[in-house]
Amino acid sequence: MTERFMLSRRDLLKTSAAGAALGLASASFPISRAFAAAVTVGFVYVGPKDDYGYNQAHAEGAATLKAIEGISVVEEENVPETVDVQKSMESMINLDGASLIFPTSFGYFDPHMLAMCAKFPDVQFRHCGGMWNKDKHPMNAGSYFGYIGMGQYLNGVAAGHATKTKKIGFVAAKPIPQVLLNINSFLLGARSVDPAITCQVIFTGEWSLAVKEAEATNALVDQGADVITCHVDSPKVVVETAAGRGAFICGYHANQSPLAPEKYLTGAEWNWAKVYKMFVDDLVAGKPLPNFTRGGLADGFVKMSPLGPAVSEAARAQFDGTLAEMMKGGFSVIKGPLKNNKGDVVATEGQTFVEAAIELESMDYLVEGVVGSTA
Amino acid sequence: MDATEIGLWGVPLAMLGGAIRVSTPFIFVSLGEAITERSGRINLGLEGTLVFGAMTAYAVAVMTGSPWLGLLAAAAAGLCFGLFHGWICKFRGVNDIAIGIALMLFGSGLAFFFGKPFIQPSAPDLPAIPFGGWSDVPQVQAALNVNVLFLIGAALAVFLWWAFRNTRAGLILRVVGDSSDAARAMGLNPNTVRLIATGIGGALAGIGGAYLSLYYPGSWTEGISSGQGLMAVALVIFARWNPLGCFAAALLFGGAGALGPALQSVGVTQGYYLFYAAPYILTLVIMIATSSPSRSLAGAPGELSITK
Repeated sequence: MTERFMLSRRDLLKTSAAGAALGLASASFPISRAFAAAVTVGFVYVGPKDDYGYNQAHAEGAATLKAIEGISVVEEENVPETVDVQKSMESMINLDGASLIFPTSFGYFDPHMLAMCAKFPDVQFRHCGGMWNKDKHPMNAGSYFGYIGMGQYLNGVAAGHATKTKKIGFVAAKPIPQVLLNINSFLLGARSVDPAITCQVIFTGEWSLAVKEAEATNALVDQGADVITCHVDSPKVVVETAAGRGAFICGYHANQSPLAPEKYLTGAEWNWAKVYKMFVDDLVAGKPLPNFTRGGLADGFVKMSPLGPAVSEAARAQFDGTLAEMMKGGFSVIKGPLKNNKGDVVATEGQTFVEAAIELESMDYLVEGVVGSTA
Repeated sequence: MDATEIGLWGVPLAMLGGAIRVSTPFIFVSLGEAITERSGRINLGLEGTLVFGAMTAYAVAVMTGSPWLGLLAAAAAGLCFGLFHGWICKFRGVNDIAIGIALMLFGSGLAFFFGKPFIQPSAPDLPAIPFGGWSDVPQVQAALNVNVLFLIGAALAVFLWWAFRNTRAGLILRVVGDSSDAARAMGLNPNTVRLIATGIGGALAGIGGAYLSLYYPGSWTEGISSGQGLMAVALVIFARWNPLGCFAAALLFGGAGALGPALQSVGVTQGYYLFYAAPYILTLVIMIATSSPSRSLAGAPGELSITK
C-alpha cells in the first residue's frame, strides 16, 4: 500500500512565493540578477526523510543545499518506484522549475528517470546507485554512488575486536551486489582482527519490513552473534532490537548512536552533502555536470560515525590505522587468495580489487566465513 | 559447547518466541473483527486503524512518558474509527466493504501525516513479564519474555468465546448478525448493536497497533504494519468467526513467520523466499483441508455481506 505525503504542495506554494519575491527583488536591484536566476533542485525519496537511514542520509545532504544563496530545494518523500515518481519529477520541473533532479532510490532509474530524461532534455537528472552507461543512456542523465563497502570493512574491524563469541551478524534486505559487498567487507574487516570469526547473514527480502527485521535480529542473537549490523532502508528497528538483547551495533546509512549510545561501536555513513554541493556548484558555474560519479572515504562521499564508548584501545588503534591506509587510496577489501563460501576461488593469489574496481559492482557471491546464501 | 550455543534448538525456540512476539497484533485485530463480523458487518478499515493506533500510542507515549496512556489513546482513536465506520454504514445503500477500504487509506494517511515528528524520538516500551527465569539459557529467557498484552489477548479470546455463547450480550450480537429481521422482531435495533460492535472492534485494533509501536518491533515507522491488519481480517474467516480459532490462527501465523529468519540463522539458507511464504502456504493448506462442498463457510453470520 502506498501513501503519498502531500506536503510538497505546500512547499511548492512557499517556493513559488519565494521565487516571485526574488524576481521582484531582482527587478529593483539589477546587480543581484545573477542570484535571482535561482536554481531549483528536486529530490525524490522512496521513504520518509527522517527514517534514521537511507532517506535521512539523502535529506541531510539536501538540507545543506538550502543554506546556499540562490538555491532552492524541493523534496517529495514516500514516492513509490512506479509511474508515481514520473509524476513527481514532472511536477517538480513544470511547477517548481527544477533544473536538476536527484531521484534517490534504486528503482527510479529504469524506466522512470530515463523517460523523464527523454521528455525534458534541458533538465539534468542524477540517480543514486544506478549504472549510467554512455552507450545506452542520454547525456542529461547520470549516476553517483559511494564506496560504502570500505565503511563496512571498518565496521568489521570494530566488530572483530568487540565480539566474544567470534560470531557477528548481518541483517540484509536483498542479495544485490552492493549489499553483498557490504556483507563481505564486514566479515573481512572482522577477519583482519581474528581469522576465526564468522558472519551469519539473514536476508529479509524487502528494504523495509519492521517485524521481519526484528525477528531476524533476534534469531541472530539467539545463535550467538554479539555484534550486529545491517543493510536495510531504516536500521532503527535492528539497532533497537539488538541493543535490547545486549548485542553491539555497527550502524549504516546514518548515525544511529542516539538510539543505543552504549552499544553503538561505529557506523558507515553517507556524506551526500559533499556530492550534492559538487553538482550544484558545477550547475551554478555553468559547467557540464559529470555523468558518472563515484567516491569513497578519501573523497568524502562516505564517513564513519564517531567511535562509541565500548570500543577498546586496541580496536581504536587498528581502526585509525586502517582508516589512514584507506585515505591514501588504493586499499583493497577483496584481495586474493580468497574463496567464496561455496569453495570457489574469487580472487587468486596477488589479485586485488581496489574500491573503484568495476567488477565489484556486479558481485554475486558471499566470501568464505559468511554463513548464508545469495538465493 | 557453551551456554550460548543452542544450534538447531534455535528453530523451535524461535518459532515459539515468534508466535508470542509477532502474534499479538493479529490476536487483537482478529478478535475485534470477529466481534464486528458476528454483528453482520465487515470492517476492512482495521489496517488503517492499526497503523493509526500505532502512531497515536507512540506519539502519546513520547509526549507523556507513559506507555499506558499511549495504549489508552490508541484504543480511544480506534474506537473513534470504528464508531465512524458503524455510523456511516447505517445509512441506506452504503457498502461496508467500500467504507472499510476508504477508512483503511484514510487511517494510514492520517497516521503518516501526524506521525512525521515521531519517527525520530524513542518512546518507553510496554512492560513484559519474564516467564523464563527458571532457565539458565538466555535464548529461552528472551523467548519467554511475554508482554502483558499477549496475556490479555489470550484471556480476551477465551472470554469472548464464552461470552458469545453464554451471555445476553453475546446472544444479541449473534441474533443481529444472523438475521436483522429476527433482531427487529425481538425489539433490537441492529444498527445500534453494529455500531457498538464496530466501535469495540476498532478499539481492539487500536490496541494491536499500540503493541506494534510500543513493544514489538517497538518503534514508529511508516512501514510498521506491512499489511498485518488486512491479514488479521482474513484470519477471522480462516478461524470461522470463533475467538479461540482467531487466537490459534494468530499464533500459527506468528510462529510460521519466525521460521524464515530462524532457519537462516542455523544455516539453512537456500530458498528463504519460500520459507517466508510459509504462513500463506499453511493457510492455503488448512483452507483446502477443511473445506467441504456440503458445508461451505460454516459458522458465517447470515447477515454478512460476503456470504449473502
